[in-house]
Amino acid sequence: MKQKNKHKPINNHNSVIEAKRNVKQTSKTGGTFADKMVAYRDQHAQALFSSLGRLIASRLNALLTVIVLSISISLACGFYLLIMNTKQLTVDLESSNQISLFLHDDVTLASANRLANGIKLDPSVQAVKVITKEQALKEFEDFSGFGDAVRALEKNPLPIVLQVIPKNSLEEGQNIETLVENFKQAAEVDFAQLDLHWVKRLQTMIEVSQCAMILMGILLSLAVLVITGNTIRLEFHTRRDEIIIAKLVGATNSFVQRPFLYSGFWIGFFSGINAWFIVTIMMLILKQSVEKLSMLYNSSFHLLFMGFFETLALIFVSSLLGIAGSWVVVQIQLQQLKG
Amino acid sequence: MLEFDNVSMRYLEVGDVLRNVSFRLFKGEIAFLTGHSGAGKSTLFKLIAMIERGNRGKIMFNRKDLSQIRASQIPYIRREMGLIFQDYKLLNDRTVFDNVALPLVIMGYSSKEINGLVRAALSKVGLLGKERKLPLTLSGGEQQRVGIARAVVHKPLIILADEPTGNLDPELSAEIMHLFEQFQNVGVTVLIATHDISLISTLNHRVLRLDHGSLVAGGK
Repeated sequence: MKQKNKHKPINNHNSVIEAKRNVKQTSKTGGTFADKMVAYRDQHAQALFSSLGRLIASRLNALLTVIVLSISISLACGFYLLIMNTKQLTVDLESSNQISLFLHDDVTLASANRLANGIKLDPSVQAVKVITKEQALKEFEDFSGFGDAVRALEKNPLPIVLQVIPKNSLEEGQNIETLVENFKQAAEVDFAQLDLHWVKRLQTMIEVSQCAMILMGILLSLAVLVITGNTIRLEFHTRRDEIIIAKLVGATNSFVQRPFLYSGFWIGFFSGINAWFIVTIMMLILKQSVEKLSMLYNSSFHLLFMGFFETLALIFVSSLLGIAGSWVVVQIQLQQLKG
Repeated sequence: MLEFDNVSMRYLEVGDVLRNVSFRLFKGEIAFLTGHSGAGKSTLFKLIAMIERGNRGKIMFNRKDLSQIRASQIPYIRREMGLIFQDYKLLNDRTVFDNVALPLVIMGYSSKEINGLVRAALSKVGLLGKERKLPLTLSGGEQQRVGIARAVVHKPLIILADEPTGNLDPELSAEIMHLFEQFQNVGVTVLIATHDISLISTLNHRVLRLDHGSLVAGGK
């Protein structure tokens, strides 16, 4: 094949035609699978880089598209991070189904213990823990951030607390409510609080936001699809003549659409990377304030950023959306072109 | 090679454009297709190149019934043809080389093969050395020859030339006709649509004459 392809200096027309014939025949009959793969790879590489070249050439258009897309994508990512960070706050509380019984201020430790022992006998109770006034004060100082304020008081204002952990089987339904009601009847108990309630509320709120995030994600993905599609549509129009000519000399639809799909890929890819930068910069700006706030609460809260796999997923999804948006538009345009 | 059997074509807006056209072109045959404006020359060409479809009758090309070809197969049929247009239809933002290479790129030739074939086609039309030029920097005759080089670079079975000399002076026209005769000599079928009567009369080739959609001379 190589030998046949070698061209001697060509002087007359007939030898040119002969040479052409030889080359043509080898490519039709003798072209090995490897040769075809190389040519196919070349075609793709050519489309990949020429589409990038065209994007760079149409500077403003491409830039505007990428900016709009990166803002849309970073909105979705920002919302995602907001939820992930809020979720982090409730992780410790997830298993919390305990009941806190705040006793009257004048109840002594001895009678508190007696009450605790009584509660332990209840078959639906798994464990009871007595938190003395001193323990409660220390805990409050450690975790609330208002330690100094409490220390300024002459007398410990905190009551003795019994932490009752019900059997797991009680977790659902009305049973646990009944238990709380029973505890409230005891003379020593001032106030009974079911922790589960507000944990549940918080979790439900997060679930709602997650649902909202998914909806917003879908909307923003749609926006990415449409915006990419529109940019590709414009590119298709400016290259319409070229496409018609290519089709007249035997281009298949997949040949025609290839550079556009790559354009879509580049748009999505760069938008994804841009969005990552936008989100990360915004998080860095927020980081200081959040850490200050967290310090004020003596909390060990750490702001979550986009992780490695999340970043990969972000770029993958945005590239995919770019390709998809481009594909849809090119299919429609090719249909309209017919011929 | 190419056979029209009772082919008619009707457009909703204008009615019958072709009426029961029958003719047969053999391998290596050269023929003119002529007739007044609107006689159906373009439609006949478009039917062969499958730019238009939906005719009655039967068109056989290279032993294939064109009405049986699925849309996805059209590109592969076109690769066996070389189309030449009156307005050249060149890519004006690409070099001469890239224009001529287009069919080969589409067909997936390696860059080495493309290089050889494009240079061969350009030398055939006398444009070797102008590979790097842009089409608009060339004269009309040269642009048409770029179009011809593009049409023959992949060694088609048939060349369909629609008014290839329409924009050229008689001397250039004769030159281009001479080129077509050379392709004919190596077994390529050539069908040239033209209303250039003087050109037809100087050359002794078969003439298919269309009149209001009917073939009045040169049929089977």
